Amino acid sequence: MKTLRDAAPASIPAPARLRQRNLPSFNALIGGTLLLVLLLLAVGGIVWTPYDPLRLDLGHRFLAPSWSHWLGTDEFGRDVLSRIMIGARTSLWISLLTVLLAITVGTLFGLLAGYLRGWVDRLLMMVNDALLAFPGMLLALGLLAIVGASQYGIVLALGIAYVPTVVRVVRSTVLSLREREFIEASRVIGNSEMYTMWRHIAPNCVAPLIVLATSMFGWAILSESALSFLGLGVPPPAATWGNMLASSRPHLVTAPWLGFFPGLMIAIALVGINLFGDALRDRLDPRMSR
Amino acid sequence: MLRLILQRLAMAVPTLLLISIAVFAMIRLIPGDPALLMLGDMADPTRLAALRQSLGLDQPLAVQYLIWLKAVLSGDLGVSITSGQAVLPLILERFSVSATIVLSAVLLAALIAVPLGMLAAWKQDSFLDLGLVTSATLLLSVPGFWMGLLLLYVFGLELGWFPVVGYVSFKEDFGKALAYVVLPIATLVLHESGVIIRMARASTIEVLRLDYIAHARAKGLSERSVLWGHALRNAFAPTWTLIGLILGNLLGGIAVIETVFTIPGIGRLMVDSIYARDYPVLQGSLLLITFVYVLVNLLVDLMYPLFDPRVKI
Repeated sequence: MKTLRDAAPASIPAPARLRQRNLPSFNALIGGTLLLVLLLLAVGGIVWTPYDPLRLDLGHRFLAPSWSHWLGTDEFGRDVLSRIMIGARTSLWISLLTVLLAITVGTLFGLLAGYLRGWVDRLLMMVNDALLAFPGMLLALGLLAIVGASQYGIVLALGIAYVPTVVRVVRSTVLSLREREFIEASRVIGNSEMYTMWRHIAPNCVAPLIVLATSMFGWAILSESALSFLGLGVPPPAATWGNMLASSRPHLVTAPWLGFFPGLMIAIALVGINLFGDALRDRLDPRMSR
Repeated sequence: MLRLILQRLAMAVPTLLLISIAVFAMIRLIPGDPALLMLGDMADPTRLAALRQSLGLDQPLAVQYLIWLKAVLSGDLGVSITSGQAVLPLILERFSVSATIVLSAVLLAALIAVPLGMLAAWKQDSFLDLGLVTSATLLLSVPGFWMGLLLLYVFGLELGWFPVVGYVSFKEDFGKALAYVVLPIATLVLHESGVIIRMARASTIEVLRLDYIAHARAKGLSERSVLWGHALRNAFAPTWTLIGLILGNLLGGIAVIETVFTIPGIGRLMVDSIYARDYPVLQGSLLLITFVYVLVNLLVDLMYPLFDPRVKI
């Protein structure tokens, strides 16, 4: 079954792409810049934040954005900018781990299925297709019920939910590669199956995997914030963009900035990843571009 | 035709069985005694023993699965731990709330976004195209729940056009019910339009490059009849598949939107059942949504030849 994720098309029309082949595209520049700013914010948050993001200061609750608190303060008097900075670190870290988990496990099974074929392939793909038949978020919710809601629970649930997509992509790449001459050549000169797989097939799966990992990073950021928003993710007082949004809800009338800025950060992250991903797909994977 | 449809339906059966195994296994993977999980910590011992007996917990897992499957097929999804209600009527009622919102949103989004995507493709590389593609990318990048909160703030709180908290069912009062679902539907429409615009644009661009379009233009047909008469049907086919996938994904991810707008749909029910460890409700909801997802995609596949007669089902 195809998934929604396979279907998202690239945005740059072909003639424009050909002209700009060796220059970074407009999309890549904007997307890359946005991501860089976020990364600086997250890394900067490790070293320095304007205020202590966890310190309660009940004398300064609900302060509107001002020079001393650029993005205002929340219901416990904590500085919103500081919390957004450590929230960036948490969100990016969780998403990174999720993608790493999904790619590692998925690549392993994808290589096995695609290269060994036969009953291994049939069995793996049967399980895989059953998992793909769940809408992604639903599978993550079900898995969260098993592993429990926490920072690493999210990584596990989302990671496993994304594995089937990776398996699909790797398997189909392997299937098309193994009929090529250079694989046959490797076999003919007496290389073992394992050696051929790791030396010649696996490296050729890297380009489609990079493209997939990029968009997956975006899904992970979105899903993490959605799960934390639902109260099933990282529990307070730790800050993530999602749980900041969730705790801002009761104060929508009195302090709208509490929800506005964390949401804006998620949106900026996703715009950056989508633009960067489009550009990457155009460059690395001509089959997926239109 | 009928035979083909039946064949495709038969092919969905193994998938549905695998899904049921996955859902069964998922709940059994939770550490602890399944009977205790199903009845809650406060259950009295005689009921526990009876349930253990009826679930066949002393039997091998495969037998337990068959016992469970038999109950599911006869419509018995168990009893909610928290409310004591039978699960099936409960989830069906909540599902209808979510389905109404999701269906109307997807329908509206398709009606708005497909023509816009085609327009962008037709005017490819113009400022109009650039504007549409940029807005589409922005729309699909903005998280739905944040967009929902923004709409709630502007149209609910500041302008006061729509009610902010609560829900009225359509059976009770149609007009009132409509007021409560406008904002959630608008949120979903805005978000999904982004994806659909990009898809419709990409597939139209592909079709407009084909020879038969050049031929139609060479015959001297007007641009309008080339676009609507010749390109539309072909260009719409991939978008049609996408719309089916969106429908299913929205049902799976509707919980956040329902939380923002305090709507008692199936997404909210699932999240609450995870909080409350109400596993029968969670299991039932997972099963129902996934079944609907598979059936929707099957239906989408079956209708595909309407748009692209070259595809034989």
